[in-house]
Amino acid sequence: MSDGPVTSKSRSERPRASGRRAFLRGGVTLAGTALAAGAAGIRLAAAQSSPVAQPLEIPEWTKTPGRPIPPEMYGMPSKYESRVMRRRTDVFVNRQNLSDWSMSPLHSQHGIVTPNGLFFERHHAGTPSIDPGKHRLVIHGMVKQPLVFTMDNLMRYPAVSRFHFLECSGNGLTDWTKAASTTVQQSHGLLSCAQWTGIPVSWLLDEAGVQSGAKWVLFEGADGSSHTRSIPIDKVMNDCLIAYGMNGEALREENGYPLRLLIPGWEGNVSVKWLHRIKIVDQPAHFRSETARYTDPMPEGKWRQFSFEMECKSVITSPSGGMKLPGPGVYEIRGFAWSGNGSIAAVDVTADGGRNWQPAVVEHPIMDRCLTQFRYRWRWDGRPAKIASRAVDSTGYVQPTAEEISRVRAIVGFVQHHNVIFPWSVSANGEVKNAIA
Amino acid sequence: MRSPRTSVMVALIVAVAAGATMVTAQEPQIGRPSVGFGTPITEQAIAPWNIDVRTSDGKGLPPGRGTATEGKTVYDAKCLACHGDKAAGGSVYGAMVGGIGSFTTKTRVLTPGSMYPYAPILFDYTRRAMPMDKPLTLTNDEVYALAAYILALNGLIPETAVMDAESLPKVKMPNRDGFIPDTRPDVKATRCMTDCPPIGVIK
Repeated sequence: MSDGPVTSKSRSERPRASGRRAFLRGGVTLAGTALAAGAAGIRLAAAQSSPVAQPLEIPEWTKTPGRPIPPEMYGMPSKYESRVMRRRTDVFVNRQNLSDWSMSPLHSQHGIVTPNGLFFERHHAGTPSIDPGKHRLVIHGMVKQPLVFTMDNLMRYPAVSRFHFLECSGNGLTDWTKAASTTVQQSHGLLSCAQWTGIPVSWLLDEAGVQSGAKWVLFEGADGSSHTRSIPIDKVMNDCLIAYGMNGEALREENGYPLRLLIPGWEGNVSVKWLHRIKIVDQPAHFRSETARYTDPMPEGKWRQFSFEMECKSVITSPSGGMKLPGPGVYEIRGFAWSGNGSIAAVDVTADGGRNWQPAVVEHPIMDRCLTQFRYRWRWDGRPAKIASRAVDSTGYVQPTAEEISRVRAIVGFVQHHNVIFPWSVSANGEVKNAIA
Repeated sequence: MRSPRTSVMVALIVAVAAGATMVTAQEPQIGRPSVGFGTPITEQAIAPWNIDVRTSDGKGLPPGRGTATEGKTVYDAKCLACHGDKAAGGSVYGAMVGGIGSFTTKTRVLTPGSMYPYAPILFDYTRRAMPMDKPLTLTNDEVYALAAYILALNGLIPETAVMDAESLPKVKMPNRDGFIPDTRPDVKATRCMTDCPPIGVIK
C-alpha cells in the first residue's frame, strides 16, 4: 500500500481474489505462449479462466533435483524466456548493419531497470571491442593542463551511481502520420533505463583546470565513426557522468565498454560511447552529427539545432500492440513515464480515445530523469476501446498529442523527438493495435 | 545527536560552501576527491587524436589540398560501391547530390549540398568516419579532394577549384542560415480530465 499515490478509485477497484488469480494466470500465459518469431506475435492470455480451478498435481520438477552449480558461469534467463530479445530495427530497415539500431522489448520489462542484455543499441559504425588496459581518456583544449587517464586511474575516484533513462531522439519516428509499428518494442523500443556508475565529469574537468571563456565541450568516441558531439559546458558541469558501470557490472560493449558519457535526460546520441577524448572549446564545432543529423525539421524549411532534451513522455506497455485480450474483464493497464526535464508528477489514462481521463497510480521510486512505472486497473466491457497514457512532469509540462506538435513543427521525413500520446485500439475481439493514425 | 537527515544537510552545506557542484538534491554529496589521478600530457602528444574541425570557420583543418577531378578518382575507388556513381545513390546509401531548394517542399532531400551549413563538415566527417570499412585511412589530400568532388557535383564550386584549409571554409553553403535554436517547450498541452477533445491525428 506504500507504493505510490494510490487514488481512491484504484483502491476501490482492487480486485477480489478470483480476479487477481485470473490476472496472474494471464501474466504467466503471456510469458509462456507468445510466439518467438516475429515481433507481432504477442498474446496477452490464451483463454478466460473457468470459475473453479482444477485440482493441483505435483509437477515433475518438484520430484527431482535440479541443475547443480557449475564451477563458474554467467547466469542466463530461463529457456522459457527466450522470446524476450532485443530486435534489430525492422519497421525502418537499414541496408547495412553498422550504422544501425536495436530495440528493447518494453512489453516484457518488469520494473524500471532494463537488463543489460536487453538495453537498446544505436551505433554509427558497429560495436568495437576495446581492451580496457589500452583504452585512454584524454582531456585537452581550453584547460590549464591537458590530462590523460587509464581505466585504472579512473577507478581510483569515488564512484557515483545514479538511475537514468536513455532514449534515442529517433524513437517513434516511423509513427507520426501512419501506424507503421505493430508492437511497443517497434514504436518505443529505443528507450531503456539503467543504474549508471562512474565519475562526475566536473571532477575531471576541474582537475585539468577549465580556462575562462570555455563554453562548450566536445566529446568523441573511439569507435569506427569517431562519433562526436558539442555539449554546453553548463550541462556538463551540472550532472554529466563518465560511466564505466551499468546495472552492477561493467558496461556492455554495445553500450560503450569500457567508458562512456552519460548525459541525463538528453537524447541518447550525445551520451557518447567508447569515450576517449574530451576537448574544451569556446563554441560548438557544428559537426555533421549536429547539423545534417539530429536536427528537427521546422516550418519554412528550417531546422531546429541542439534540441537536446527528451521531453516528458509515456506509453502503455500492456496491453499494447500485438497483444490480444481474451475477453471482457479486469485488466491492469501498465506502462512507463519519463522526462528529460525532471521527474514524473502524474500519469493519466484514457480508455475512450481521450474524451475522459483518470489518474493512474505512479509507482515509487519516482526519480529524476528516470523511467517511472504507472498502472491503472481497467474493467473492459468488451466494446471497442482506445487506451492511452498522458504524463505530466515536475515542470508542469503535459505530454502532447502528435496533432498538437504538428501545429508548430514540420512533420516531414525523419522527424525526431516523438514524445506524443500514443493510443492503442482494442477491438471487440480483443485485438490491440497501434492507433496513432 | 544529529539525525541522518541533518547530517546530510550539513554535508551538503559544507560541500556547497567548498565550491563543489551540487549533483542532485536527493543524494548526499559524494566526496569530491582532493587528489586527482590524471597524468599530464602535451597537446603535441594528443595530436594524432586531435581531428575535430570547427566547421563554421575551418579552425583545425590540416595542410593539404585537392580538386574535384582528383576526388573523382578517390571516390570511384573507395566510395562508389556504397554511394553509387557520381554520388547519385548506391547499394547502401542515398544520393549525396541535389536537394537544394527542397526544404520548403513536402519532400526534403538531405544531401551534403542541401543540408550542411558549412563546407568543412565534409572534411571533418569524411576524415573521421569514411570509408565505413576503413575509417581514418584517407590522406588529407584525399579528403580535400573528396570534399571538392561532392561540392562540385552539387554545383557549389567549379570542377577546377582547389580545396584546402583556406578555400574550403569560404564555400557558401545554401543551408548556411537554415538552423534555428531550440525554443522548446513549444507545445503547451492542457491536462483536461473530462469531456475533452479526442486524441487528434496528423492530417
